[in-house]
Amino acid sequence: MNSFADQLLVLVMLINLVMLGSSRLLFSIRAVAVQGAILGILPGLIHPFSGHLAAITVGIILIKGVLIPYLISDAVRKAHIRREVEPFIGYVPTLFLGAIFTALAFVFAEKLPLAPEHKELLFVPASIATLLAGFLILTTRKKAISQVIGYLVLENGIFIFGLLLTEAMPFMVEAGALLDLLVGIFVMGIVINQISQEFSSIDTSRLRALKEE
Amino acid sequence: MTDIIIHCLIALLLPPLLLGVITKTKAAFAGRVGAPFFQPYYDLLKLMRKGSVFSTTTTWVFKAGPLVTLAAILVAALLVPLGRHHAPISFQGDMVLFAYLFGLARFFTAIAALDTGSSFEGMGAAREVTFSCLTEPTLFIALITLARMSRSLQLSTLLTYPTPAIWLAAGASMLLLVVALFIVLLAENCRIPFDDPTTHLELTMIHEVMVLDHSGPAFGVILYGAALKLLVLGAIFINIALPVTTGNSYGDWLVFVVAMLVLSVLIGVVESVMARLRMVRIPQLLVGATILSAFAMLLVLR
Repeated sequence: MNSFADQLLVLVMLINLVMLGSSRLLFSIRAVAVQGAILGILPGLIHPFSGHLAAITVGIILIKGVLIPYLISDAVRKAHIRREVEPFIGYVPTLFLGAIFTALAFVFAEKLPLAPEHKELLFVPASIATLLAGFLILTTRKKAISQVIGYLVLENGIFIFGLLLTEAMPFMVEAGALLDLLVGIFVMGIVINQISQEFSSIDTSRLRALKEE
Repeated sequence: MTDIIIHCLIALLLPPLLLGVITKTKAAFAGRVGAPFFQPYYDLLKLMRKGSVFSTTTTWVFKAGPLVTLAAILVAALLVPLGRHHAPISFQGDMVLFAYLFGLARFFTAIAALDTGSSFEGMGAAREVTFSCLTEPTLFIALITLARMSRSLQLSTLLTYPTPAIWLAAGASMLLLVVALFIVLLAENCRIPFDDPTTHLELTMIHEVMVLDHSGPAFGVILYGAALKLLVLGAIFINIALPVTTGNSYGDWLVFVVAMLVLSVLIGVVESVMARLRMVRIPQLLVGATILSAFAMLLVLR
């Protein structure tokens, strides 16, 4: 079963790279939805079946795979955002950076003093790679909405790391994190709408200077 | 001995049929009857009977271009194992020779294009070498990954190494390799979405623009070389993607030929359902393929 989990984690890392290389906003949103759904399947693979596990799986798939992507694409539609993601640095350099970060994540995971049962698995490198990819999306994209996507990827990375601890992580904590995420996305959706109404552009690089009316 | 003879026969006779199958698939998608399967053979025979016109500005380089290209690809075809059989020529480290035979072929195609002095052909040569800079690492990293898995630097060993058991054990990296190699296959053979082999005189084309000045037998040699290249790279792809063996030597040859024809149909389908990429998007996809193969290597190394 663990080898199947590893294949899924490879898929998660590939989705990171796809998101770094793609130029379409809606495509990135769909990719992050697929990534969230894959993460929803993962706990079921590494822990024995229980009612609490089933609830968490369904919850994650619904929230990360359906609800949050729906909220973001809704914000895109309402704020009339153009479909390109407009990066600060080009797609190919970001893709290269993403690949280097992934390689570094593997190197770093080798060095970490992990529990012996976690040494052989891809969870730790996948988690660090996804975290770094999230950072990269957050920092290299101009639009506020792509930064929301970056934040989601970042959270997915943290979630993968949390999977190793789910034995100790009670349901309530996980549910709380998901709720926080949901509220965060909700608020960001409203904020983006406000920005687009006030400034007719959601380019964050133009929001740096303060000026009086 | 029989295996060597069959290897040579397949390498010499099969390639134009692959082009015919691709054309037929595309015609079927477009709702046309299409040219017969053996049309590329007729085309080659027709070209061989024609005379050649050489521009007065060209030198011996222009005449040598197609011949050196074909010779290099023919040697590469002898190095690569077709299906589950070992290649006629194989020695330790022949993967490097294999990769650079393609480099030699490309160099002579490009230099022959530059020899005509036409700026249009120069542009094609520039594009061809730029994109090949990006496909070569992918092919190399894929071969290195397989070399690491099989602990051998010999093409015949490392390409016949994948088995269904290895697919089960290292499925993720094998899948990444297969996807990366398919992209290389399309890019190296100038197929859609990278290049359109059927258009002539268009500003967006790459390979076709370099061979505009060749005519008659020289052009036939180029066409045949391109078909052979499709067979050689297709053989690498099939060896990794379809690691099945029937146990019977003749059965394996049959499996290989059928797989090659299915691959041609697959290429035809890709060409029918996709549009050619914008020029600026091509490096992006090629870099993506390099990253896929590098990722596969990373998974194998750890």
